[in-house]
Amino acid sequence: MRFNLNHRFNPYHLMNSVNSPSAVVEATNLSKIYDNTAVVDQLNLTIESGSFCGILGPNGAGKTTTLRMFIGHCPIDGGELSIFGQSMPKNASLVRESVGVVPQMDNLDPDFTVRENLHVYGRFFGISSKVLDQRIVELLEFSSLQEKADSKISELSGGMRRRLTLARALINKPKLLILDEPTTGLDPQARQAIWQKLRELKKQGLTLILTTHYMEEAERLCDRVIVMDHGKVMADSPPKKLIRDEIESHVLEVHAANESLVESLKQDPSIARFEKSGDIHFFYGDKLKFALDALENSSHDDYLFRPANLEDVFIKLTGRDLRE
Amino acid sequence: MNKAFNLVLFLSRSCSIWSRNIRVWGKLAGPSLMGNFGEPLLYLLVLGYGLGKFVGEVEGLSYMAFLASGVLCTSAVNSASFEGMYSAYTRMDVQQTWMGMLATPIGVAEVVFGEILWAATKSLISVCAILIVATALGLVENAWAILILPIAFITGLCFSSLALLVTSYAKSYDFFLYYTTLFITPMVLLSGVFFPIDTLPDGVQVLAKAMPLYHAISLVRPLMTGGEVSSIFLHLSVLIMFGGFAAVLATERIKKRLIK
Repeated sequence: MRFNLNHRFNPYHLMNSVNSPSAVVEATNLSKIYDNTAVVDQLNLTIESGSFCGILGPNGAGKTTTLRMFIGHCPIDGGELSIFGQSMPKNASLVRESVGVVPQMDNLDPDFTVRENLHVYGRFFGISSKVLDQRIVELLEFSSLQEKADSKISELSGGMRRRLTLARALINKPKLLILDEPTTGLDPQARQAIWQKLRELKKQGLTLILTTHYMEEAERLCDRVIVMDHGKVMADSPPKKLIRDEIESHVLEVHAANESLVESLKQDPSIARFEKSGDIHFFYGDKLKFALDALENSSHDDYLFRPANLEDVFIKLTGRDLRE
Repeated sequence: MNKAFNLVLFLSRSCSIWSRNIRVWGKLAGPSLMGNFGEPLLYLLVLGYGLGKFVGEVEGLSYMAFLASGVLCTSAVNSASFEGMYSAYTRMDVQQTWMGMLATPIGVAEVVFGEILWAATKSLISVCAILIVATALGLVENAWAILILPIAFITGLCFSSLALLVTSYAKSYDFFLYYTTLFITPMVLLSGVFFPIDTLPDGVQVLAKAMPLYHAISLVRPLMTGGEVSSIFLHLSVLIMFGGFAAVLATERIKKRLIK
């Protein structure tokens, strides 16, 4: 990996940095209101330099709006936000010089080849063609797209497009990389390839903020997970700690059980919590020995006993209701 | 000092938008140029010869010579309008190209200005083609005709700004038909492209003179046919006023639409 993230020295950033210079993002009571509804509701958030922060939340939780505010794509209705110590949205243009963005919706230029996409985008940052030529070689290697350098966008697979979008977001050697659902719609291979790239970037000291609907993605990549709902932070800690603190250690899922079986399972004193969704009954607890024995002795075999995961925490915090 | 620096930065960022667009155009320059040369040639030959036979002279000019400057200005209007509506809408909405640009240090005003510059450049390209055709047909009187080019560019700036203002309201491509049918087409028919406007009733003449195309033609026609150019300041200011207002409004509207 030869992609180098040494940044240009920029005294302007230093001069204006506020009391905590290692904070990349500092939001205080940050709010956004659409049609009298707070989409982002008095959000308080500090993201340290070098962290890989995942933002989870159901559709409409305010994740994308929050990210849009970080890059000045959304006016702020209340509170304060500073990125790299620069107050936003006033200094949005300056901030964006050091930010890379991987948007939810691909907006690669279909009229250009892979190489041209990187070149044209680099020119938007005012980077000279000479510097770009070298950087494009590095980025094509980083994103494993050397073979496709002169292909059109329409000839790329979904995974290649996302890798190109990621490479494009790195053209300005950003200090902060913002990724809005970077792996949605990708097959497992393509998703893991993206994960590997992101881990490399994290290792190089880049600060990453990602939104995702894939709990596994957040669990594997992020050293900090923020669960948002209705514009508020519901939980904020490392993923392992979140699972440890927010939820019982194990889950017993019993599918299509009859009433009498459910009643007998409920007798287990170690059950801390119980939920029903459709024809699935969820029992949360640590051992659930009594319930498991009861299931062993019954003829019912359609059940699953497993350690609790991030998705269970997510459901606990945000509920089972569909969000559309 | 700081202001000058900001202006240079603004222009260089707008130019990066412009150069992205010309790079795309370069990939399809063949068919595009054929359209630029072919269409006016057909209009001039068919209408000029065919209709010219019946019409004879207009304002002391052969009908083809009279028509040439009208066709030239119309082409400047159409090129800029098409680019500012259909192509710009594609980049704003369908392809999300502008959102990509706005994730860089570039801001909305720079995107809009870059697009206006580019659409005006397309006017300039098509007007160059027509001027070459007109010269080949012997319709250009003298070398002063070269001044048509900057006027065509200003006309392009004016109509691309108006087109982007329309685009800022558009929810789909169909929306542009309102503008072309209710504004562009009547304007082309009434502004002295095909016949001198003094044949029109007084009220309609006032209307024609209130629209920018008439003023572009008033400058271009004498330059092409060796006539005397009058009221230069008036004609130019109408074009610049329309364009300036539209550009400012379009920028505000597009900012509201994208940064929300």
